[in-house]
Amino acid sequence: MRTPVTVKLFAGLGPKGWLAVALAALVGWVLVPMAHLLLPEGHPLHVSTYAITLIGKILCYAVVAVAMDLIWGFGGILSLGHGVFFALGGYSFGMYLMRQIGREGSYQSDLPDFMVFLDWKELPWYWTGSDHFLWALFLAVAVPGLIAWIFGYFAFRSRIKGVYFSIITQALTYAAMLFFFRNETGFGGNNGFTDFKRILGYSVTAPETRLALFGLSVALLLGALILGRVLIASKFGKVLTAIRDSESRVMFIGYNPLHYKLFIWTLSAMLCGLAGALYVPQVGIINPSEMSVANSIEIAIWVAVGGRGTLIGPVLGAGIVNLSKSWFTTSFPEYWLFFLGLLFILVTLYLPQGVVGAWAKLRSRKAAKPAAPAPAPSVKAAATPEPEMPAGSAAKGASA
Amino acid sequence: MKRIFLLLSLVLGLCATSVRADVDPAALKALGADDFDAKSGAIATLVAAGDADARRILTALSDDALAVAGERIVIVAGDQVLDAATGAAIKPTPASPESISLNNSLRQQVNSALAALRLLSADRAERLASAKSLLSDMGEGATLLPLLDKALKQEQDGEIKPILVQLRAQASLASPDAALRLQAVKDLSNSASPAVKALLLGLLEKQGDTFVEPDEKVRAEAQFAIKAIDSRLVWSDLSGRLFTGISLGSILLLAALGLAITYGVMGVINMAHGELLMVGAYSAYAMQGLFRSHLPDYVDYYVVAAVPVAFFAAALVGMAMERTVIRHLYGRPLETLLATWGLSLVLIQAARLLFGAQNVEVANPAWMSGGLQLAENLSLPWNRLVIVAFSGFVLLVVWLMMNKTRLGMFVRAVTQNRPMAGCVGVPTARIDTLAFGIGSGIAGLGGVALSQIANVGPDMGQGYIVDSFMVVVLGGVGQLAGAVWAALGLGVVTKFLEGWAGAVIAKILVLVFIIVFIQKRPQGLFALKGRFVE
Amino acid sequence: MQNRRTFLKAAVLSASIAAIGGLSSSAYAADTIKVGILHSLSGTMAISETALKETALMTIEEINAKGGVLGKKLEPVVVDPASDWPKFAEKARQLLSQDKVAVTFGCWTSVSRKSVLPVYKELNGLLFYPVQYEGEELEKNVFYTGAAPNQQAIPAVEYLMSKEGGSAKRFVLLGTDYVYPRTTNKILRAFLKSKGVADADIIEEYTPFGHSDYQTIIAKIKKFAGEGKKTAVISTINGDSNVPFYKELGNAGLKAKDVPVVAFSVGEEELRGVDAKPLVGHLAAWNYFMTVKNPENEKFIKMYRDWAKKAKLPKPETVVTNDPMEATYVGIHMWAQAVEKAKSTDTDKVIAAMAGQTFKAPSGFTLKMDETNHHLHKPVFIGEIKADGQFNTVWKTKGPIRAQPWSPFIPGNEGKQKL
Repeated sequence: MRTPVTVKLFAGLGPKGWLAVALAALVGWVLVPMAHLLLPEGHPLHVSTYAITLIGKILCYAVVAVAMDLIWGFGGILSLGHGVFFALGGYSFGMYLMRQIGREGSYQSDLPDFMVFLDWKELPWYWTGSDHFLWALFLAVAVPGLIAWIFGYFAFRSRIKGVYFSIITQALTYAAMLFFFRNETGFGGNNGFTDFKRILGYSVTAPETRLALFGLSVALLLGALILGRVLIASKFGKVLTAIRDSESRVMFIGYNPLHYKLFIWTLSAMLCGLAGALYVPQVGIINPSEMSVANSIEIAIWVAVGGRGTLIGPVLGAGIVNLSKSWFTTSFPEYWLFFLGLLFILVTLYLPQGVVGAWAKLRSRKAAKPAAPAPAPSVKAAATPEPEMPAGSAAKGASA
Repeated sequence: MKRIFLLLSLVLGLCATSVRADVDPAALKALGADDFDAKSGAIATLVAAGDADARRILTALSDDALAVAGERIVIVAGDQVLDAATGAAIKPTPASPESISLNNSLRQQVNSALAALRLLSADRAERLASAKSLLSDMGEGATLLPLLDKALKQEQDGEIKPILVQLRAQASLASPDAALRLQAVKDLSNSASPAVKALLLGLLEKQGDTFVEPDEKVRAEAQFAIKAIDSRLVWSDLSGRLFTGISLGSILLLAALGLAITYGVMGVINMAHGELLMVGAYSAYAMQGLFRSHLPDYVDYYVVAAVPVAFFAAALVGMAMERTVIRHLYGRPLETLLATWGLSLVLIQAARLLFGAQNVEVANPAWMSGGLQLAENLSLPWNRLVIVAFSGFVLLVVWLMMNKTRLGMFVRAVTQNRPMAGCVGVPTARIDTLAFGIGSGIAGLGGVALSQIANVGPDMGQGYIVDSFMVVVLGGVGQLAGAVWAALGLGVVTKFLEGWAGAVIAKILVLVFIIVFIQKRPQGLFALKGRFVE
Repeated sequence: MQNRRTFLKAAVLSASIAAIGGLSSSAYAADTIKVGILHSLSGTMAISETALKETALMTIEEINAKGGVLGKKLEPVVVDPASDWPKFAEKARQLLSQDKVAVTFGCWTSVSRKSVLPVYKELNGLLFYPVQYEGEELEKNVFYTGAAPNQQAIPAVEYLMSKEGGSAKRFVLLGTDYVYPRTTNKILRAFLKSKGVADADIIEEYTPFGHSDYQTIIAKIKKFAGEGKKTAVISTINGDSNVPFYKELGNAGLKAKDVPVVAFSVGEEELRGVDAKPLVGHLAAWNYFMTVKNPENEKFIKMYRDWAKKAKLPKPETVVTNDPMEATYVGIHMWAQAVEKAKSTDTDKVIAAMAGQTFKAPSGFTLKMDETNHHLHKPVFIGEIKADGQFNTVWKTKGPIRAQPWSPFIPGNEGKQKL
């Protein structure tokens, strides 16, 4: 007998989880907008436009981190090319934003400025329909999804994994970056898309639009977390974790890992695409450097810092790394790279389970103190994972 | 241009009578002026004088050694400062003489004047050099015809004479006599020079409705000559392209060889590999500085000294990395990847703080500058030739070490089966450190090679990391032969694609090719043989 | 269990992050005028932009030493956008809305300028952009103190075609594949066509960012140069790739007198990283050279050398000055003059006061801010590279020339020369 989806959904999170979701939604949809619009500037609780755009951007990053965690933390596949899916989503939606500029560009043409400049007389075929909001949104999901599916199908079918897979995803993002840098590709070359004017007729700089985008980012993040939670709790999630821990054994039992990996890989790419679509109107620019190799590796570090194999970890990681980046680049610009580099090293050496893992360790130690001095077995297992399980068995400890 | 050559013919006459006159002070003064027209006139005056003094001054001018010190025009020769007019040393040495500058057309004027003067010199080597330099510099040179005729009459040397014949043929292309032109074109069809081809092409051009060359016979002959030259150019062109591919391949090999070892032995993807290249390159920079300040006489050999220094510097950094970080992450390759990325960021920023954010200057030593002229249109740069040879040398050393030494045997054993190697008493932990050190040291050697052709700066390593990974992945794990074939193959394929589709597309195509190739052969070109479940 | 709790934590955390964001707006000091400096100090652009940050700090100190502006001291606010384009927009917003700077001096690449533009328009800020660029832009909130294409590229090509410059008849347009080279080459192609150069006598070649292997391209240039009349190369290769390009050029035996290369992105700073001996005779076109001789330039160079010692820059005795540094210096002084004239730091008033502002610049000319198009009138110098990495001026304009941000060589630009 199959359980209805709604029941599954509800049971997947439990009452406390739903309470947390409701709280987060309250903050994101009601409190922040109120604090931004109603409180005067200078009030201690006023949320400035700067804060809204900064946090909105980080929320999008958090969604990417969650997507990354789905395949890395739970699927054991480290992608060094997730930036490409994020950017593809961004570009797809960016096309719509470019078309919305209409004739307000500096050449007063129906075509985007960079095309006028390249002497193009009409839109290239892949821009067809880009003036429709829904089509752009569909593209933002479908393009990364399709590319991920094709790439994943061949890669997983050939049983490429581990470091090899990471390296070829890196080749993918590098090739894509070079491709988008070309002016003839038709996406504005190095300058990419900027100077957006409106979405669905609303000005992109209006506070209401900003708040709507912010609210949508909150919603997307919550949605991604709920989806992740439900997936992981399902039978699918269990098989996926089993594949991560020992793919050959799962195969010998009779499962075909291809479908499981392919599904989670494609889903992850689609989530990234959506995050990219929300990111572009908030930061106001999309350019091929989003596909740079370094950016994609940084995504992995968000997840590692927060804690792999937990869902909340990546969100924390994205927040911590990006907020400290904003702070460091203002206060100690020379030392930002030292900090980031040391963070990479120390987290992988001493916090293999990230902040969330460390927190759990600390708590369990506290809890164990009055009873017995021995640490909890699950944590110990997590701290020294067997060599065969590259991604670590973190999930067992934190998401059980 | 015409004026210069008219003056030159004047020179001829003067040379013959060899009048000894003092250097015209007004002309000397004009050389120091800011006005280029005045300079040109002054040079012409000196050429007209044509004596030893004038030659000395012109030579100094073309070597950038002529300078203004206060009111005087001087020649700077090492530590000494000579008076330009008399050639006598000036005491006390004037402070900071300011060198007299030329622009390109003046430089051309000075050089061809000097070359033409030397054509009649008594010294054979000097005549040969000037004839050769005129070969590429003369242009149409119809006005030089009488001078060439005279030189040809005097010339007895078997090597110089054919060059003069060529020069004369070039100069008589514009002659009003059609028969002479026809003969000239026929003479030129033996050439393999693109400059000559350009001249012949000029004949076939149309000006309005009429051809530049009015005579149909000459045109037909020119067409035939161009074809003959082209067929000679094709081969050197093709071999030139092959060489560029091999050269790129050898650089890729040097960049990737160290990575192949560390990856093969430990399954560790070292993202800081590019920064080890950087350490090697900065070692070369440091050695250059050291030689410049302490051993200025041997400065051309700093590169040789940099080789061991770079090896040990990079090896030390690598072993420190292994001891402090990588050691603790064995068996967790994906995490090593992140930690080493962190290491690379730290190293980049450290270089930036130590040496500044700007690129630093690393000069090619004299023996690595310029090129080996194999044909008129094929010159192989010395720095690239040296690097190709150097990568062959490094490869040989690595091969010997891996196959002929005990250490190499241990490294291979650990690569193939770590637990079994440990069981029979191989100290795997020490082997790891040593292997990592050797791999890093080789990266340092690669860095020295890179410093001779590319930027040396904090970010330099980032540009090579993806490429080196591609080589290793394509070649197959832990296989030297694989790395060699992959590097050379990628180099040659990239260069041929570049010629056909441009640099950007070529790069994309190569990456796509690798992605597709890995689908077919996940273990690379040369897989380790054996049975694996994973 | 744990997971549910973490959800709760997340909610609390996101609320607190939001609160921190709101609280962090800093207090607004009234006794100084804040000046933003928005240059990358890390990442790929640090190579070029760090020197501009130093120049800006030096100039601010110079102005402060003379009593500041409107009787107030200038207070620099330095931020690092880390060569990350979205970060430029974020930092620009921070400077304008949190730090409340009166003016920002910053950006180098076109994409960084395009990234911050919407922010400056939205919050009505003021940006001074100091680098030569491709034009095709004119914004109320920006003052462009670098060269437009007609103040750099076109005079250089005219020089190459002149008798003095070698009467070049064939051209290789070589660049890194991004907007500045593309635009410049497009303008140049149209210009060359208007001068009667046939399409067959022009080739365009582009390389990716950070390209380091110029063998194929040099071979192509050699072949092209061997197919006919006098050939010249016009290079818009981006900073980092210049070293490998020039090294290859030198070793392949292409001499400046055979095939001169004129570059628009190679200045004194870039040549510090090259052994310049093989490059002697190749050309560059700028609006300022360090070797220009006049009292203002001597003062400027000395001031920067002293500053380098004081700021403990690596190897202070070898620092050089270049065109964008001069443009930064001129920009800050002109802004200070305009503020004095407007008696206010209000953006609109300063913009009005900037029109027609003049300043005696280190280039030796008195530069004027155009009344209508926000660009400086600048002189053009063409210099040949000397063995010590400096330039020897071989040609210069009689006086400053007016910028044409909308190139007349691009169709559709007629009559767009003012705001």
